[in-house]
Amino acid sequence: MNLYEYQGKEIFARYGIPVPRGEVASSPEEARRIAEKLGTSVVLKAQVLAGGRGKAGGVKFASSPGEAESVAKELLSMKLKGFKVEKVLVEQKLSIRREIYAGITVDRAEGKPIFMVSGEGGVDIEEVAERSPEKIFTRYIDPFVGFYPYMARELASGLGLDSESFKKVSDVLLKLYRVFSEKDAQLAEINPLVIADEGVFAADAKIVIDEDALFRQDFEVKTRGLPYVELDGSIGCIVNGAGLAMSTMDTLKHLGGEPANFLDIGGGAGSDVMREALLKVAAHPKVRVIFINILGGITRCDEIARGILAARQGISPPLVVRFRGTNEEEGIALLRDAGIEVERDMIAAAKLAIEKSKEAAR
Amino acid sequence: MSILIDENTRAIVQGITGSQGSFHTKLMLEYGTRIVAGVTPGKGGSEVHGIPVYNSVREALREHDANASIIFVPAPFALDAALEAIENLELVVIITEGIPVHDSMKIKAFAERQDCRVIGPNTAGIISPDKSKLGIMPAQVFAPGRVGVVSRSGTLAYEIALAITEAGFGESTLVGIGGDPVVGTSFVEVLEMFESDDETSAVVLIGEIGGDAEERAAEFITTMSKPVVGYVAGLTAPPGKRMGHAGAIISRGKGTAEGKIRALEKSGARVARLPQEIPELLRQVLK
Repeated sequence: MNLYEYQGKEIFARYGIPVPRGEVASSPEEARRIAEKLGTSVVLKAQVLAGGRGKAGGVKFASSPGEAESVAKELLSMKLKGFKVEKVLVEQKLSIRREIYAGITVDRAEGKPIFMVSGEGGVDIEEVAERSPEKIFTRYIDPFVGFYPYMARELASGLGLDSESFKKVSDVLLKLYRVFSEKDAQLAEINPLVIADEGVFAADAKIVIDEDALFRQDFEVKTRGLPYVELDGSIGCIVNGAGLAMSTMDTLKHLGGEPANFLDIGGGAGSDVMREALLKVAAHPKVRVIFINILGGITRCDEIARGILAARQGISPPLVVRFRGTNEEEGIALLRDAGIEVERDMIAAAKLAIEKSKEAAR
Repeated sequence: MSILIDENTRAIVQGITGSQGSFHTKLMLEYGTRIVAGVTPGKGGSEVHGIPVYNSVREALREHDANASIIFVPAPFALDAALEAIENLELVVIITEGIPVHDSMKIKAFAERQDCRVIGPNTAGIISPDKSKLGIMPAQVFAPGRVGVVSRSGTLAYEIALAITEAGFGESTLVGIGGDPVVGTSFVEVLEMFESDDETSAVVLIGEIGGDAEERAAEFITTMSKPVVGYVAGLTAPPGKRMGHAGAIISRGKGTAEGKIRALEKSGARVARLPQEIPELLRQVLK
């Protein structure tokens, strides 16, 4: 779960990481009032969950409250990288001397947090990593040991800072690790961490929270439904298991069809889940046929068949069903009695679904 | 042989009194797995399918000679259960899905310290056909044979095992390494085991988008004497979206299926475009 910059900065502030003075605005008038209160030149930053915001025109400056209002109006009417801008962060403009990078993420292969800092801040760290990897200082962290001041000092010592900034930056690094660890983050990043006339500040904040840890974190979240990702094709897909669901989409594409979605009903899904899945997929306006691919293990084909029969009223696209595995005979019999043909072979079923999607397009 | 588990594996089921734990204990027993005890804190003294339940792993080990554990404990309590198992046993299979990645990092670090083999989390487990099953996979798609299978996902592995079995090959062992970003055992480690296993003649590696486990596997494959057939799911997956598994996500342009297929092919592995093409590729490499 990605947090907005302003949410990330709220967390930073709570952990004692200095952030520029500012507030978030949802309307141009609000932006003006915030600028008045700040009493300085301001920077206005569109709040969207996408990188490369600055280059896309989502960050602008204003030297008066009136200008802040008109700039906010412009930003709030924008769409950035497909996201509608609904909030603008209005902050004091800093006199920046240097920009550095600090970020912690999970190194999947090592299975450990990796801390990265670089004297080249304000740009994409992946670019720096490719162009000049020697400019990035990294350190793996033992999850049982944690992160200590000496580690922060070691990381910061490569940045060539004066002694006052060095102390401040080391302190920010230490606190950033606390955020990463205590908030169950997959990524906690400050880019840039600025050395300004006014002090050291986190000028941006990117925090990604592990969705699997939300049970112990205090964030407002929508309840998670079935794992579903929408695509642009015409063949709706309902599959048990994430890997098989991806493979089903790839198979359709490989054979000349266009998948409309990814949907995993998981292991052991009953008829209720199947019903929810059918309604979800059928709601996609481009879907011309629905391909249900079940390889039964803990999932029982007869249960799935019952779910299909319970939900099929009101579903207009034709269904192509493939059943293999646990209780496949019972499942096939249930659907045959209701006039729905069932395939046993995945490829044959995929071809049939593609054929039906093409017929429907004619 | 076979790898990781066989007839000598004697397992404890942690979380045996839960619905998942109890259901799969029954199926594992039916398959012939030697389940010697169950553990659920607070339920010690009861029985599940005739298997005695204890309050702790240590207590179970005082009465039974076990060397492995399979964990069905719900995600919020799984870290505790896993550390307990790692401290006491040689092999720990974590079926639980949805364990926070910060917990998985601790599990992995502790396993390394204790020299314990952890499989998962978020795995279907391990099966050595006709010998033992420590997992949740449907037994009917497997048959004893000489193909080693290693996979990040469950049902896709069953689909491919079904094709391998129907083509008459059968499997030495199937290992699900798990669909999470951080797992106890990597592709490379399983490939190493298959490479030195007398009863494995070829290996099927089933990957998917996200991370670089397949690329690392490809590097190792160049050093292997046994042929490898690969498959990678997620060619049609859009970037930045989590495709079911926590680990199946293309982020910042990294971890694409194309890149993984390219790396595997470069290593000398044959890569199938459809899961059902795998038996034909096996026929070719085993000639």
